[in-house]
Amino acid sequence: MSGQEPVLQVEDVRLGFAGVTAIDGVTFDVRPSELLAVIGPNGAGKTSVFNVLSGVYRPQRGRVTFLGQDLLALPPHRIAALGLARTFQNVELFHNLTVLDNLMLGRHHHFRYGAAAAVLWFGRARRAELAARERVEEIVDFLELERWRRHPVRLLPYGIQKRVELGRALAMEPRLLLLDEPVAGMNVEETEDMARFVLDVRDELGVPIVMVEHDMGLVMDLADRVLVLDFGRPVALGTPAEVRGDPAVIRAYLGGAA
Amino acid sequence: MRGRPLLHTSYAQDMALLDTPAKRLWAALLVALAFALPVVLADRSLEVLSGAYALAIGAIGLNIVTGYAGQVSLGHAFFVAVGAYTAAALSAPPGGRTLGFGLTEIWIWLPAAGLAAAAAGVLVAPLATRLRGLYLAVVTLGLVFLGEHVFKEWKALTGGPGVGREAAVPRLLGYPLDQDGPLGTKEQVLYVLMLALLVGFAVAARNLARSRVGRAFAAIRDRDIAAAVIGVPLTRYKVLAFGVSSFYAGCAGGLLFTVSGYVEPGSFSLLLSVQFIAMVLIGGVATVSGSIAGALFISLLQPLTRTLPALVPLVSADTTRTPNVFQVETVLYGLLIVLFLVFEPRGLVGLWIRVRGYWKSWPFSY
Repeated sequence: MSGQEPVLQVEDVRLGFAGVTAIDGVTFDVRPSELLAVIGPNGAGKTSVFNVLSGVYRPQRGRVTFLGQDLLALPPHRIAALGLARTFQNVELFHNLTVLDNLMLGRHHHFRYGAAAAVLWFGRARRAELAARERVEEIVDFLELERWRRHPVRLLPYGIQKRVELGRALAMEPRLLLLDEPVAGMNVEETEDMARFVLDVRDELGVPIVMVEHDMGLVMDLADRVLVLDFGRPVALGTPAEVRGDPAVIRAYLGGAA
Repeated sequence: MRGRPLLHTSYAQDMALLDTPAKRLWAALLVALAFALPVVLADRSLEVLSGAYALAIGAIGLNIVTGYAGQVSLGHAFFVAVGAYTAAALSAPPGGRTLGFGLTEIWIWLPAAGLAAAAAGVLVAPLATRLRGLYLAVVTLGLVFLGEHVFKEWKALTGGPGVGREAAVPRLLGYPLDQDGPLGTKEQVLYVLMLALLVGFAVAARNLARSRVGRAFAAIRDRDIAAAVIGVPLTRYKVLAFGVSSFYAGCAGGLLFTVSGYVEPGSFSLLLSVQFIAMVLIGGVATVSGSIAGALFISLLQPLTRTLPALVPLVSADTTRTPNVFQVETVLYGLLIVLFLVFEPRGLVGLWIRVRGYWKSWPFSY
């Protein structure tokens, strides 16, 4: 793992909204096939980091480099096309569409045909759609979504929706996956299922993952490294064992004499 | 395989537009029946249906931008007008009272009408990238008033209010489609033309809807930020939605007035936009078949309401008196929209799904 070029480099990023500083001086990198967890108390700026990475927010300072490309100059859809996929803290699926259509949308930037070919359908568009369907079925298989294929996602249980969202991100064939609280609000069984899928993504597909999560047990068990944020500032970065004993981390969570 | 209509053994079968033998059979029967109608129906009824088919093309267009892509547009009447006047001006004889270029071939003026309207749509679309929901609705509403004023004042093009001008003249390879001839009466020929075009436009819309483009539209409608983050360029697809929608509107405009042969600038008021919205909401949002059903429903309602003055003495046929039949119609559209939104938001298509579900599960209620 060490010695290879990092997939993602974040250097000294600062993001503020009219006097409120959301993140300040955040620096980290993500190495190939690594699972990096980002933790911190509520409001520490974890989701803001994700929003900077996926192009939703534009930071005032800093650099973000993904596979050698500067991300800060790009709009969200171009960042997605580079292979940076994410899920959201609150499920952000396309509610009226079926599971299949949601996953097919993940492949949007892999299609090359345009509106004219779409209208004619036969030929290029049909071939591309059939090929995409085969790839999407692999993900349906991988995430065990077979029985939900044709259901509009708004009718699905919450745990399954979270899984569909992971599927949509995987359909993008990402080179880096950002998971924003993948097990928030899940019961034990759903959490274990999701943990299994996350590990499979890293180990079988070899996709590096950045994961924001509040479930400390999960973070300590799964993560290769952990980044701790507090009030937008990085407090610690290291292996789960290192971070657990760090006095600065304990202070961030429990308070105490500064 | 016989008797197993849902057994699909390839993704191609599974993703087909008509994916069961029953759907294929009924669709074929319905189209065949529609094409056979000129033999049975009187010319007057064919005229109403021809108009309904032209409106259906426009309704499909509105459903693309509002139903599929979720961008509420009250400006549809404006794009219909752009198409109607482009077609009329291109096909009119040059040197007349109003602008004319003498290009009567339908394969010239129909695409031109669509493209002119699409260009207008693409110009308006950037507003949709800045505004959402109600704000966009209000801005597109302004477009209708703007258009109404321009069309009333630009007499060289439109003939002016109360006077109007001849509508587009349809000729196909020299054969005049708007006159009685060896192929049948004017109404019969126009009916077949409209039906053929409607089928073409409807299939094209279905194909678009099931492609990456249609999915991107739906993604923008359901969750626009998530759509951008998974790789859908919002601006490009909003512009495309307005462009395609306006293309449909323009073609509908070009065709709509060939039946009566006459366009008057007053036709493109807010009422026309509301009619299109009623068709989409009553028929079924984000469905092509719903757009057609809605257009037929609204168009066939009109001959019924027009008989009201004869039956109910209170309702007058005179526009200067109150209550008159046009006011009753406007109120009726509003009432129908409200009733459908409250009781069956999926529209006529939703009613059909209920009926189908009932017969599928009979005698059980679930």
